[in-house]
Amino acid sequence: MDAIKAEALEKRFATTVALDKVSFTIDQGELFGFIGPDGGGKTTLFRILVSLLTPDAGRAQVLGFDVVRDYRALRLRVGYMAGRFSLYPDLSVEENLTFFASVFGTTVEREYAQIEPIYVQLEPFRNRHAGALSGGMKQKLALCCALVHRPDVLFLDEPTTGVDAVSRREFWDLLGVLKQGGLTTVVSTPYMDEATRCDRVALMHRGKLLGLDAPSGIIAAFDRPLLGVHAAQRYKALLALRKYEHAHSAYPFGDVLHYTDARTDLPAEAIGADLKRFLDASGFSDASVEPLTPTVEDSFIARTESDSGSRTPDPGRLQ
Amino acid sequence: MSDLAIQVKDLTRRFGDFIAVDRISFEVKEGEVFGFLGANGAGKTTAIRMLIGLLQPTGGTARVAGYDVATQAEQVKRSIGYMSQRFSLYEDLTPRENIRLYGGIYGLTREQIRTRTAQMLDRLGISSVADTAVRSLPLGWRQKLAFSVALVHQPRIVFLDEPTSGVDPITRRQFWELIYDAAANGTTVLVTTHYMDEAEYCDRISIMVAGRIAAMGAPMQLKRDSQVASIDELFVQLARPDGPTRPTRPSSPSGEGSR
Repeated sequence: MDAIKAEALEKRFATTVALDKVSFTIDQGELFGFIGPDGGGKTTLFRILVSLLTPDAGRAQVLGFDVVRDYRALRLRVGYMAGRFSLYPDLSVEENLTFFASVFGTTVEREYAQIEPIYVQLEPFRNRHAGALSGGMKQKLALCCALVHRPDVLFLDEPTTGVDAVSRREFWDLLGVLKQGGLTTVVSTPYMDEATRCDRVALMHRGKLLGLDAPSGIIAAFDRPLLGVHAAQRYKALLALRKYEHAHSAYPFGDVLHYTDARTDLPAEAIGADLKRFLDASGFSDASVEPLTPTVEDSFIARTESDSGSRTPDPGRLQ
Repeated sequence: MSDLAIQVKDLTRRFGDFIAVDRISFEVKEGEVFGFLGANGAGKTTAIRMLIGLLQPTGGTARVAGYDVATQAEQVKRSIGYMSQRFSLYEDLTPRENIRLYGGIYGLTREQIRTRTAQMLDRLGISSVADTAVRSLPLGWRQKLAFSVALVHQPRIVFLDEPTSGVDPITRRQFWELIYDAAANGTTVLVTTHYMDEAEYCDRISIMVAGRIAAMGAPMQLKRDSQVASIDELFVQLARPDGPTRPTRPSSPSGEGSR
């Protein structure tokens, strides 16, 4: 049985289409990511799946329960961590946890095995008010509270937003540990680099799924040679690349520029040689060009470019 | 006038027994893009609140745009722009109304506001939605508008606190082009981010760990010195030297040290 099955889910708020016929299935035991920027529909989707919101059209089942009809049974079996910190800031770490356990008719002691890998990191702060924790620690406490009734499916809506790069890694390490225990986990995130931590991901933008696959599959579907350009004058080189007659796209990625060519029939080496000549002639003789493996972020950019709903001029893409 | 936009010397802030910012020193040159990085709870927000004149230091000095943050906080506030991810624009107002509001607060004349409004709407390519409530604009547009509004009074320095959080990858990059543009026109930019690729876009960065500046320099230089492939890697090394579970600060009896 699928852990989750969604068929043509739709939701509107006034004139905004938050979800536009979204369909997918998620397997038991899968660590599944919805990746995309704010406003893409991730939170709306999660709220529907945990029965806090009803869809306008389409249907969804979680663990075989219909999210509208069977909401009472469903709620006992899912864990949900909302995007906003929603614990009691003036209760201590321990009090929050005890409270959530008691709401579900259980105790922290009885469920300790489930939360142990996370709780050991919180233990030094056991008596601190939840509101006084650092961002990363707040997220770990919220995760504990969502797990304390031993749910079969865990929904985490943007657990790592606003969290520093190190705490984000630690959080994903914890999700890996939970996966070992067989828990089905559905996570949303705006950080594209987190996609590789998931078994499968759905790229989500403006209420639609732009793709759904294993991260390696998303990357393999990138259909042009990708070249990396290093140049000391990075920003000037970027502006120059955009003016190159064969350019398809040019974007900064950290300290390197990612370039794709409009000529789809040339191999990467030939494009690279042409590009190097162009850069030399444009005064960037120090520039180096190398073929690159695309990332999920490259794929997301390529797919949002072709989903041309954008009304702002897009400087990365030649019109 | 000095060509240093920000001069910080031994800046310190204590909350009771807890030292949130512990004798940090750095300088930012005019027109520089300075990345101010650090883990959650490392003291970044406390440091920035002192630099923008919202929080008194308990030790050390800081001059921003030539003014002392402890004794000339009002002059500091007038000389800087500030934008955060959480709140910057009035969402019930339109882009045009937001620009007029902030222009008025900073004492621009009607004529100046008119000129600036036309320039900004044109630069951002949003003239078509100039009279639509900000609430109904995509997040990426709102953030770009918020940045422009932070520059409405042409401040010498602009502070950007996680300006690109949650923004889509294309808009995130467009946002950085606005930053480069502002810097090329002489505006100094101090920016925080959790996207480590963005750290590489800065002229120089500092990384705060437990109230101190643990590393500072040009991204390329820092990577070379520490023999790491990316700033992300350096960040991990510095922020968790003893592994992942080390508490980063002592339990404080009250919630005072929270950020």
